[in-house]
Amino acid sequence: MEFFRIRKDIPFMRHALVFNVISLITFLLAVFFLATKGLHFSIEFTGGTLMEVSYVQAPDLQQIRKQLESDGFADPQVQNFGSSRDVLIRVPLAKDSETSKVGDRVMASLAKVSDGTQSAGAGATAPVLKRVEFVGPQVGKELAEDGALALLLVIVGIMLYLAMRFEWRFAVSAIIANMHDVVIILGFFALFQWEFSLPVLAAVLAVLGYSVNESVVVFDRVRETFKKKRGLGTPQVLDHAITSTISRTIITHGCTQMMVTSMLIFGGAALHYFALALTIGICFGIYSSVLVASPLVMWLGVSREQFIKPKVEKQEAVV
Amino acid sequence: MNRYPLWKNLTVLIALVLGLLYTLPNFFGEAPAVQVASVKATHKVDLKLMNQVEAALKAASVAPQGIYLDLNSIRVRLADTDTQLKAKDAIEKALNPVPADAAYSVALNLVSNSPNWLTGIHALPMYLGLDLRGGVHFLLQVDMKGALTKRLDSTAADLRTLLRDKNLRHGGISRSGEFVNVLFRDTETRDKAKQAIAASQPDLALAETQTGADYSLAVSLKPQAVKTFQEEALKQNIATLNKRINELAVAEPVIQQQGADRIVVQLPGVQDVARAKDLIGRTATLEVRMVEQPSVLGNEAPAGTDLVPERRRDGSTTMVAVKKLVVLTGDRFNGAQATFDENQRPAVAVQLDAAGGRIMRDVTREYLKKMMAIILIEKGKPEAISVATIQGEFGNRFQITGMFSPEETNTLAILIRSGAVAAPMDIIEERVIGPSLGADNIAKGFNSTLWGFVAISLFMATYYLLFGAVSVFALSANLLFLVALLSLLQATLTLPGIAAIALTLGMAIDANVLINERVREELRNGSTPQAAITAGYERAWATILDSNVTTLIAGIALLIFGSGPVRGFAVVHCLGIMTSIFSSVVVSRAAINLIYGSRRKLDAVSIGQIWKAAP
Repeated sequence: MEFFRIRKDIPFMRHALVFNVISLITFLLAVFFLATKGLHFSIEFTGGTLMEVSYVQAPDLQQIRKQLESDGFADPQVQNFGSSRDVLIRVPLAKDSETSKVGDRVMASLAKVSDGTQSAGAGATAPVLKRVEFVGPQVGKELAEDGALALLLVIVGIMLYLAMRFEWRFAVSAIIANMHDVVIILGFFALFQWEFSLPVLAAVLAVLGYSVNESVVVFDRVRETFKKKRGLGTPQVLDHAITSTISRTIITHGCTQMMVTSMLIFGGAALHYFALALTIGICFGIYSSVLVASPLVMWLGVSREQFIKPKVEKQEAVV
Repeated sequence: MNRYPLWKNLTVLIALVLGLLYTLPNFFGEAPAVQVASVKATHKVDLKLMNQVEAALKAASVAPQGIYLDLNSIRVRLADTDTQLKAKDAIEKALNPVPADAAYSVALNLVSNSPNWLTGIHALPMYLGLDLRGGVHFLLQVDMKGALTKRLDSTAADLRTLLRDKNLRHGGISRSGEFVNVLFRDTETRDKAKQAIAASQPDLALAETQTGADYSLAVSLKPQAVKTFQEEALKQNIATLNKRINELAVAEPVIQQQGADRIVVQLPGVQDVARAKDLIGRTATLEVRMVEQPSVLGNEAPAGTDLVPERRRDGSTTMVAVKKLVVLTGDRFNGAQATFDENQRPAVAVQLDAAGGRIMRDVTREYLKKMMAIILIEKGKPEAISVATIQGEFGNRFQITGMFSPEETNTLAILIRSGAVAAPMDIIEERVIGPSLGADNIAKGFNSTLWGFVAISLFMATYYLLFGAVSVFALSANLLFLVALLSLLQATLTLPGIAAIALTLGMAIDANVLINERVREELRNGSTPQAAITAGYERAWATILDSNVTTLIAGIALLIFGSGPVRGFAVVHCLGIMTSIFSSVVVSRAAINLIYGSRRKLDAVSIGQIWKAAP
């Protein structure tokens, strides 16, 4: 079997400008959504209490919400989670000191609701507590800071490594291309108001490392082609490199996506947004490393001379 | 020729065997067990205790499947949960004849079902995180500022005694912020006092100040002393938490310091969250003070006193005026038990440490027949848990009697014991995972990995035929190494960790795709099969290394800055990258060499269709 029967190098670079404009527009859209809608941070970042309770019969969410509000919880979020019998309740941080008791108080409110419906004949039984998460304000702030620091460390680390192994032009374009992925993932999360939790942050960072590796494969080919084939202009070299790695790119990402899809299907609610972030990351990862990073390298003025000047470089190429 | 030297083949073989060996315990599952641990420092877990446990089981005609003794606990493996409960009751009765004064904690637990020889080589099942096995997680913040204030308050009390003993007149001692100010009439007394204080308390920094006609001495703790004090406070809090959690009889509690002023508490398998939180979250401190006036009307505190509410047995609350001077704090308490006095009335027996006993002797001599209050301070709110008349002079052992019922003495004893923390604590993070949710999470993670793996395997085998099958073999080896490493290191496996296993596998196939595509390309360019294999593997290697290093950089960043669930993800991710380099390059090459390497005349390899563009 062979999916990719390509006769000639595909002239990607001829359309480089178009791709860059598309990228710019998507990027700006993502920034726009991030700025206007903002991320829907999970309580891990904002602090607050999250509870997962399950009922025997589907409860009336509106009633639960009302009861919680009348019991003094400001702005409680009540929603179904997985099935109509599972309910997720989020209570933001309150100013009083008894925050760690919120869980017990919510359960008391829920008991009131089920008592009420029971006497009314609805037959809803008491809820079973499946999970409680309480995060204090100082923890959330630290997590946000640590997340930002981790992102910074990844960017600096990868740039240094690429600059060392290749050239600064490659490092700069790889990072720009992949930051563009990250911003677009975040843009999706802002647009649809998906919950941005710690696992999602982990997914974003993993994707960053993963799509850089995509750019590395292409760049590797670019370097090799520059050394081996004389008489080709920079755009042709880039076209050749992309074309000869395109089958590997699609197959690898396809395989990774199979795993991620499996997570989307079988992983349940806990892994849902994690897998979603990976899916977006993988799709845009292909696009950006092939069609954003390479034109950027070209604009930055990569040329054969940068690879064949020193003798030492040539020896390394034998590896 | 593509042949590996013997040592390389042996390395692969040994790695595979070790991987298999250390993965094995994960398949045996777990058996119900009863775990016995000591709650008191005076009671050791040793062979004698083991014999006692054995005898108790025999008496109850419960046949254990094995009894194991380790550093601080005894575990009894049992056939099923019914005998587990029976065994627990039997052991409990034999070891703790007086339930109120339990010396050992007897808890239900699970032990690995794997054979002894596997346990012997430290092959244990993976250590599951709380989100997979269910339980409670708390992050506690120690209020160091509060602890320091308390420490300075007691310093002020010490200074008062010291100056009185040395006959040095002072014009008042008061604490403001991080300083204790001592006022003097003249410089001469101040200098003498300074010398005396410096000699008796080397931890204190002394600064002379002067406002108008007042000469004062600003006393504060030296930075080094502050640091040691905070470290000790944290250590003592951890010790106290240990004691409290032992009362819950949790099988494998985790109580660890995190950062400078935080404590992580994890209680796997705990169902009674309310009780756990009640004991842990009772961020209480204890103070003993003298009562000025037992019941005060209104909210006006008499001069030099604090008003403290006292909850009476009938449910009403009265205010008690207590002196500002703190006689004793919780860290002087060694223990408290519910017991009966000589008249068979319920009582609470309290033990203090030596210094506490000395103070108590002085105080009780001075204030005989006066009232003394034990005050529990929770979240900054004091409450008198016991107001009693001093009936005689006593030292480090005394009894509190009153109109108690046995339940009340029990509660009071627990309250006093729990008050023995050095610094107040607050729960700043809490996670409770029900046991069914844990099992659910395992199933979800397992299914995601399984079906993703199956899909990738099917695709690889159809697209690359034999080379694809070898890639799948390498991928399985990768999974094997990863699980073996996680079991060996006993790293905590969480749900994000399982997701990381899945993701790592999904990414690891990249290396094999790279290799297979390279081999195809070489064949397309007209190389002989043997040369194509060599060139394919060698050319792909540089790319594989580069791409894995960039992924690893992201993994390490997560490892450094991640906490909780992200850390679990990062650990598996980083380990997975390492194992995948080895398995996708070395293991798959070994397999390919084994299949094709020694054939002299090799016309074609099974790697799927090599499509060539028509010239």
